[in-house]
Amino acid sequence: MNAAKTLFEKVWEEHVVVAEMPETPAIIYIDLHLIHEVTTPQAFALLKRKGLQVRRPDLTLATMDHSTPTTPVSSFKDLAVVGESAANQIMRMQENCSAFGIELLGFDSEHRGIVHIIGPELGATQPGKTIVCGDSHTSTHGAFGALAFGIGTTEVGHVLATQSLLQRKPKTLAINVDGRMPLGITAKDLILAIIGEIGIDGGMGHVIEYRGSAVSNLDMDARMTVCNMSIEAGARAGMIAPDDTTFEYLEGRPMAPRGERWDAAIVRWRQLSTDDGARFDKSIEFSADALQPMVTFGTNPGMVVSINDPVPDYSHDPSFRKAIEYMRVTPGRPLTEMPVDVVFIGSCTNSRLSDLQQAAEVLRGRKIAKGVEMLVVPGSQQVKKAAEALGLDRVFVEAGAQWRESGCSMCLGMNGDTVGNGQLCVSTSNRNFEGRQGIGARTVLASPSTAAASAVRGRVADPRDYL
Amino acid sequence: MQAVERIESRTVVLPTNDIDTDQIIPARFLTTTSREGLGAGLFHDLRFDSDGAENPDFILNKAEAKGCTILVGGNNFGCGSSREHAPWALLDCGFRVVISTKIADIFRNNSLKNGLLPIVIDQATHAWLLEHPGADVIIDVVRSTLELPNGRVVSYPIDDFARHCIVEGIDEFDFLQRHIDAIRQFEETRPWTP
Ligand code: SF4
Repeated sequence: MNAAKTLFEKVWEEHVVVAEMPETPAIIYIDLHLIHEVTTPQAFALLKRKGLQVRRPDLTLATMDHSTPTTPVSSFKDLAVVGESAANQIMRMQENCSAFGIELLGFDSEHRGIVHIIGPELGATQPGKTIVCGDSHTSTHGAFGALAFGIGTTEVGHVLATQSLLQRKPKTLAINVDGRMPLGITAKDLILAIIGEIGIDGGMGHVIEYRGSAVSNLDMDARMTVCNMSIEAGARAGMIAPDDTTFEYLEGRPMAPRGERWDAAIVRWRQLSTDDGARFDKSIEFSADALQPMVTFGTNPGMVVSINDPVPDYSHDPSFRKAIEYMRVTPGRPLTEMPVDVVFIGSCTNSRLSDLQQAAEVLRGRKIAKGVEMLVVPGSQQVKKAAEALGLDRVFVEAGAQWRESGCSMCLGMNGDTVGNGQLCVSTSNRNFEGRQGIGARTVLASPSTAAASAVRGRVADPRDYL
Repeated sequence: MQAVERIESRTVVLPTNDIDTDQIIPARFLTTTSREGLGAGLFHDLRFDSDGAENPDFILNKAEAKGCTILVGGNNFGCGSSREHAPWALLDCGFRVVISTKIADIFRNNSLKNGLLPIVIDQATHAWLLEHPGADVIIDVVRSTLELPNGRVVSYPIDDFARHCIVEGIDEFDFLQRHIDAIRQFEETRPWTP
């Protein structure tokens, strides 16, 4: 009998090289290995020490994004990397890729960008693939029905050398989202609300499948935003079953299959949805109907509140007290009173074209408030080009924002783009941990439209007042 | 990796909940290309204030923390990024064990691959450990048990394979490489190519 299976189980089973036993994990095959400069040097060192080659350079996609500068330049030759050790790391990446025969989408490549933006953009991210990267937001690629998760540097070494990984089969969690997203509400608000509900450890040990009508109605950019933050709920990965929206997005992209191979792929990909009657280890129901713009008030992505609601009060909990002291927020008061110093539009969560369009819609014909510094950092050089073709760069610059080259930038402040000590930053990124955006930086996570509205108002603002 | 059967140490307690990888080692320490010396960045922004002076109130700066190899964190330890620099930094500062009520998946995996033992224990034992910083604890890695100074022995869950690798000092990579023929066969016989 052919038992009903979930999307995750189908992808998992197709990649088992050696079956899991009680005393040993499974060996699973990896279809796409994304690499970047920060989490690879020690892995390449392992290969060198053992005299090994990269098994499948053809299944390895390399770029540089974390420590790369985003200051505007007329030519890539003018890019000045901030800091000696970052420059050294970038050089090492170039050396390693050329020594091991891996094509690197480096400074001079028009396809360069944040690793989780360029995989889908190039069509390398495809339904049914197993995708890993030494980066926790690899969960982004699950938006295509791939099984995609972050790994550590030791595992990067394992994949480079064997194209495989030792893994225990994770559990499954269905998050069913029904209803309709109200006007002005985005995928970022949805995923922040979900994390607020299930907590930052709610998905631990599980692969999430996002299901239901509200999820099917999302475009690919929005689906990627949702899957991207699965890790913020502690989940191993997030997945969405591929459908016509997925196929339309992929068709014609440089690394997507063509001709007969495309037709065959579509047939295969159409099988990749959860069968009726398949069982998940856990299920959660969620409605999109009453969603509000969401913002974080604390120091992890689960500390989240609707924009006009008061910050809750759990002052009996010392960790809560520590978080709100750090953030300088007052329980019982809404966040909309807080003055804003910096606004960051970017990161693998919200730096795709539609994110920039949402922000630009708010900013068009307006100016950002005096004293606010605003950075708009496209996720890739392709996003940058597309945005410029639509004139979005002019909207941002005329509003008083800075228009940058692509990269991770202020999401983790490794490249010199940082938020100052004590400054409040409304950010479209994914982590509001203490010091994430700079020493003493206070981060409020929000959607691109909320971030843009906050820049205009100079305080945390409800984007619906600006639409 | 070094084989370990038993770990005996006083504990250091860092009672904050949800200690994330950015706190364990801030991103600006990740531009290194080596795995050595990362201890300098461990809990950096908690250990030092913004002008670089040591924060005397932070537990790792206190005399009683010296030489301890067991770190007890608040609920839910290690969420956030996949940076293996986090366990590398802990190991570099001499830690061999991290104890919490929950430990994030990627951090746990990374720890096990480097011989840092991530131990998840029940609420009651955890509460006891939080209340008794500096307690002498014995960990029997072979039996997967933790013994408190009051004689109470509690067992903790750990993946069999991971335990085996730590006890025997086996590198998982060697295990994986032994299956290279199976991997080759998988590549050659699968019905579609990625
Ligand atoms: S944008 Fe931020 S979260 Fe995404 S890969 Fe870069 S640093 Fe990581």
